Amino acid sequence: MRHVTQLRIGPVGFRVGSDWRQPIAALQDLYRDYPAPEDGIPDFNVHLFAARPWRRVLRPAVHIGGDFVMPGAAPLPLAQGLLAAEMGMNLQMALGQRRYLLLHASAVERGGKALLMTGLSGAGKSTLAALLMARGWRLMGDEFALIDPDTGLVHGFPRLISLKNEAIRVAQRALPKARFGPLLEGTPKGTIRHLVPDAAAIAAMARPAVPALLLFPSFGFEAGEREVLPSEVFVRLTQASTNYVALTERGFTALADLVRTVPARAIDYPDTATALAQVERLWSAL
Amino acid sequence: MTSGALLVGALREPVSTIGLSPAQWTALLAIARAEQLIGTLGYRLHGMPVPAPVARILEEARHSAEQGRTAALWEAEMARRALAPVGIAVILLKGTAFVAAGLSAGVGRSIGDLDILVPHARIGEAEAALLAAGWEWVKPDAYDDAYYRRWMHELPPLIHRERDRMIDVHHTILPLTARITPDAEALIADSVALGSELRMLSPPDVLCHAAAHLFADGDLAGGLRNLWDIHCLVEEWGTAGLHDRARLHGLAPAVARAMRQAHRLYGTAVPEEWRGWTTQDALYRHRLLARDGWGRPTRRLTRLAFYMRGHALRMPPAMLARHLVTKWRKGHAPG
Repeated sequence: MRHVTQLRIGPVGFRVGSDWRQPIAALQDLYRDYPAPEDGIPDFNVHLFAARPWRRVLRPAVHIGGDFVMPGAAPLPLAQGLLAAEMGMNLQMALGQRRYLLLHASAVERGGKALLMTGLSGAGKSTLAALLMARGWRLMGDEFALIDPDTGLVHGFPRLISLKNEAIRVAQRALPKARFGPLLEGTPKGTIRHLVPDAAAIAAMARPAVPALLLFPSFGFEAGEREVLPSEVFVRLTQASTNYVALTERGFTALADLVRTVPARAIDYPDTATALAQVERLWSAL
Repeated sequence: MTSGALLVGALREPVSTIGLSPAQWTALLAIARAEQLIGTLGYRLHGMPVPAPVARILEEARHSAEQGRTAALWEAEMARRALAPVGIAVILLKGTAFVAAGLSAGVGRSIGDLDILVPHARIGEAEAALLAAGWEWVKPDAYDDAYYRRWMHELPPLIHRERDRMIDVHHTILPLTARITPDAEALIADSVALGSELRMLSPPDVLCHAAAHLFADGDLAGGLRNLWDIHCLVEEWGTAGLHDRARLHGLAPAVARAMRQAHRLYGTAVPEEWRGWTTQDALYRHRLLARDGWGRPTRRLTRLAFYMRGHALRMPPAMLARHLVTKWRKGHAPG
């Protein structure tokens, strides 16, 4: 591949190669404070490539490949090359990660304890993670939380925070000094802008935390809160995990332990201020 | 050195990996994944001193292979249960047979679909029994479906609606359009019991099938894995009876080529008669090793040539032309 960069996010090393300079330059800029893969050997490879040589220059379309691929994924325009790289890294995790139980969740940490938030797309995971980071929580990630089956600890995966549509303005207001990526308009998920995790999140990304609270947030409802039964938590988390089945008994045991030991709450919220107050109240009541 | 050669070297001589640079390790792992040999590599290098990230990746690969083994054996058992009531014995082929028989070729092997062999006369019954047990047709395309039924050595692939696993039901081991017609009745008659109501081909027939799969059918994609199967089978069983059996099936040239390539690439202990080397063999080797340091296929022209060769072996010229035009109009591009 013509252009290459390597980086480590949490415990996972990546090598990203591209037929174009732009996506690699964007990664190198936004991930400039991240370390290299351990011993220079990445866990996963991502390829951003043109399906035909002339498509490098003529109506360039970025195809996403790698060690693990999903057939039939549509290419992205070159202007969204950074998004393609991020999607490529997420795809390797979702399809290839076997060391940790993956939960599609955002995670923040305070005092060595982790708050995990999971829910469908649009529930507000990324926004809440960004806002909690603005209030001094350590960001562990807005996409995947990694549960170590051997220890039960949560490992962070603090890649760029992917903010969508209205969340972009909300985060910019809360974090005026933060670094943001380019505004990517017209993506399959609307307008996207990436937020670089703060220095504390990057410095501590190798430090795991004890899971302390599981939240299932839902945006767009009157403020409310309820306990969630372990059976429901278990089913929701199996659905939120891309590799639960692949991990077989290790995955089941890790998930069952998590459900048994960590309290779970569902919260409904009409606006982010309400959600943040709910989080702080639940956290202090632990 | 190409990445393909890097992988062959690591499988053949695990100590050769001592002192690999980080870039070489990265390339080795990428191509092992691309060739679906990462699990095999995981077992071959088990216990070797390797860098920490490599140790973790190979550990995961062993775990995945172990899970794949369990799933493959379960799928075989499901097929057995589906076909037992109609009295059709399930003869396992390829990877599932290797793990069911506990062969070294099955250690760490990635296993995709379940491949089974049933008598041609009973293929309709087998299909009906599988459909009744929850398998469904995959190919929505009428041309593909008709093509399979008329010309192929297997039913159109079926997938199980709950387990999401594919089954290929063969009635012989090469397409009916190919010039070579292996003796399917002999394959079935000489199959051996696995001790669990499942069966597999006799050792020489397993080798004939592996060689046919590699050199008489298809374009050699995934060839390093198939050749590794052959290496392990020969190391475990030897080649007794192989010569005659290959002649019976019309597969003597394919078997001879498989032996020469296995000997050359993996150092397989094959009899003297199978140790030659031709200019054509060099071309095959060139094709087998065509990977770059990212695990991506290289040597586009070589691959295209083998793609065309694969199809030319499968069917007569006029039929091939018709088939390729139909496929091309449906938007299929070669390799």
